[in-house]
Amino acid sequence: MKFWALTFAATSVAAGVLTAGAASAETLKVGFLATLEGTYTILGEDSQRGFELAMKQAGYNIAGRDVEVFIGATDASPESALRAVRKVVEQDGVDIVIGPLSGSEGIALRDYSKTQPQVTFINGISGAQETTLVDPSENFFRFNMDGAQWGMGLGDYVYNEKGYKTVATVAEDYSFGYTNLLGFALDFCTAGGEITERLWVPLGTKDFASIIAALPDDVDAIYLGLGGGDAVNFLNQYLQAGGDANLIGGTIMVDGTVLSSKGRAKEVLIGTPSSGPQADTWDDANWQKFVKDYQDAWAPEDRFPSPSLLATGYFNSTNAMIQALEAVNGDLSDGHEAFRAALKEVVLDAPNGRITLDDNRQAIGSNFVTEVIDIGGGELATRLVKKIDNVNQTLGISAEMFAEIGTPSRETPECKKWW
Amino acid sequence: MKRYMNRHPLWSLIFVAAGFVLIWLIFAIWPPELIDLIGKKKVFVNALFNGITLGGLYFLVASGFTLIFGLMRNVNLAHGSLYLLGGYIGYEVSDLTGSWVLAFPVAFIAVGLVGMLLQVLVFRHLDGQDLQQTLITIGISIVVADVLLWIWGGDFYQILAPDFLSGPVETFIQTGVKRSSGEPIFLKYPAVRLAILFAATVIGVGMWLILNRTRIGMYVRAGVDDREMLAASGVRVQLIFVCVFGFGAGLAGLAGVVGGTFQSIAPGEDMRFLLSSLVVVIVGGMGSIPGAALGAVLVGLAEQFGSVYMPTYSVVLTFLIMVLVLAFRPKGLMGRG
Repeated sequence: MKFWALTFAATSVAAGVLTAGAASAETLKVGFLATLEGTYTILGEDSQRGFELAMKQAGYNIAGRDVEVFIGATDASPESALRAVRKVVEQDGVDIVIGPLSGSEGIALRDYSKTQPQVTFINGISGAQETTLVDPSENFFRFNMDGAQWGMGLGDYVYNEKGYKTVATVAEDYSFGYTNLLGFALDFCTAGGEITERLWVPLGTKDFASIIAALPDDVDAIYLGLGGGDAVNFLNQYLQAGGDANLIGGTIMVDGTVLSSKGRAKEVLIGTPSSGPQADTWDDANWQKFVKDYQDAWAPEDRFPSPSLLATGYFNSTNAMIQALEAVNGDLSDGHEAFRAALKEVVLDAPNGRITLDDNRQAIGSNFVTEVIDIGGGELATRLVKKIDNVNQTLGISAEMFAEIGTPSRETPECKKWW
Repeated sequence: MKRYMNRHPLWSLIFVAAGFVLIWLIFAIWPPELIDLIGKKKVFVNALFNGITLGGLYFLVASGFTLIFGLMRNVNLAHGSLYLLGGYIGYEVSDLTGSWVLAFPVAFIAVGLVGMLLQVLVFRHLDGQDLQQTLITIGISIVVADVLLWIWGGDFYQILAPDFLSGPVETFIQTGVKRSSGEPIFLKYPAVRLAILFAATVIGVGMWLILNRTRIGMYVRAGVDDREMLAASGVRVQLIFVCVFGFGAGLAGLAGVVGGTFQSIAPGEDMRFLLSSLVVVIVGGMGSIPGAALGAVLVGLAEQFGSVYMPTYSVVLTFLIMVLVLAFRPKGLMGRG
């Protein structure tokens, strides 16, 4: 018994070595990183669908080179991202890494990318501001906007249109939570609003009961900057506690990952204003085509009713890679030099608007202010309220003034009229 | 009680005084100076209640753990996996039948059977070999975690509470008065959490009664004190072991349904609850049921008060309690010295 097991193991190892050896000459090795464990698991799974959709459309063959994919699972912590990226880079020897998904992972990968100049890193959808603004890395590209860009326009909308003058916030206590809130707060405070209290919860919090009790009841609305399982847990317990305040959603709070969760809890989100890189029911032809491609690629029970921003983000990053690789005929032999030059020049005609890169290799694109609506059959989606084009990383203000605001953190930005 | 008061008059006085202060804090309307000092009464009372209900959940998991350890000296590090399995089973049952109540007995029995199998197939062969037990149960927990991930995926599952338990109930505790009309405002509290607290209390008291008032309880207590002597007096020790193991595992499964109702079930929860059970029994004293109850409430309170009053350090608080207990009472609060 033991003998057979050993022989079997030995043969499969040998077979693995052989196939790898035979195929390595021309195949392009791509590493894919996403949060396939922990609080953001369902987000990671949808990001994988976005990646696979782009790859399927290319037939897993880019400029004549077959693509071999290596998957690294992370859990939203920077340590897990480092572990996963080391595996795909140092063990599997990939040429290009697509990922990660979560904010603090992105910062860790930016630092790691500096030690691996032979590999090109294309961010998946992580949205911490620091990743590309502070000390950026030459071989790290980001084709999605950061959390602050995703917050653009929301503050102004809720202050002027909804009439919310005072707001308390609850958000995840890490880089993306800070960045996403900064985008909302700059806009909201400059319009004249006041943030009375900021509550921070650790990523992966399960029991929000006491936080919910601590929410002030003398404010016009509550801003929720949670995501994934935390968002679902919060809404469930919020409903159990009988909460009925006006809500404002952070970008991943009202994403498809939460809007299609099981149970009644999500219903408290109907009518909630939010902002981010897409609006689910936007009538743009390019967007509608992407939604249809996504729906056709998987059976309804294996996907969300419509792609989440995670799927869209990874779809765009993968397409940017494909576009640049085709421009250089799949040739990476010059140490990726031509490929990276082509990446910088990519103008991506993405389903959620045109995307270009700035000097830090950070995306400039369109942002969408949305509202949650019931589209029938118990399904929720976001409706477009306002689209803002050409949002750059400094949100349209000068770099000096933007630097004065500071790197997003628990206390930054200060709530005042910034311009 | 009386003996304790005679032996430690100062401590007794402090405990009684603290009890009165707590009762006053819960029922009195807070003066403005106090609100300036520590915030609103609503927040305080909620954190207190949430800590106790969370403690109820921790107690359900940890009591099985401590029972198994106390009787058999088995450190079952796969206990968290039993919790997670119970949660998934409970979800499937309530999803299929639409009955939340039915999920509890099914999860209890199914996970209890798994526990019995574990005892018969694994622990019986490893009697007294602590290191092997530890390593093998860690191995089992890793395998089970992967199997569960394979079957149920990485999604978040929530077991829906029935309609009569969803939403809040108004309690008789007054938190303030309306500024406009002067009407009293009463504390609203989630009904489902009250139900869970009630159930945990019933189970805890029931366990205490069985252990202290019945013949089986007597066997179990005798087994905790001296296994060999109990076996020598003609009691079928192995049968008791299997039953206690099954009961302890069943409680973990039951707790999985509870946890799935007011939190959620997902990969990784097994390790979280194993860790909290370890902390609870270390604080409370290995093998002691009242100790598990006390430890669970302390840990629950630390988490909830920490999350409101010192969010940055809330994680540290739990372990700080453990450090203090280990420093001053290395056997745990209720452990036998």
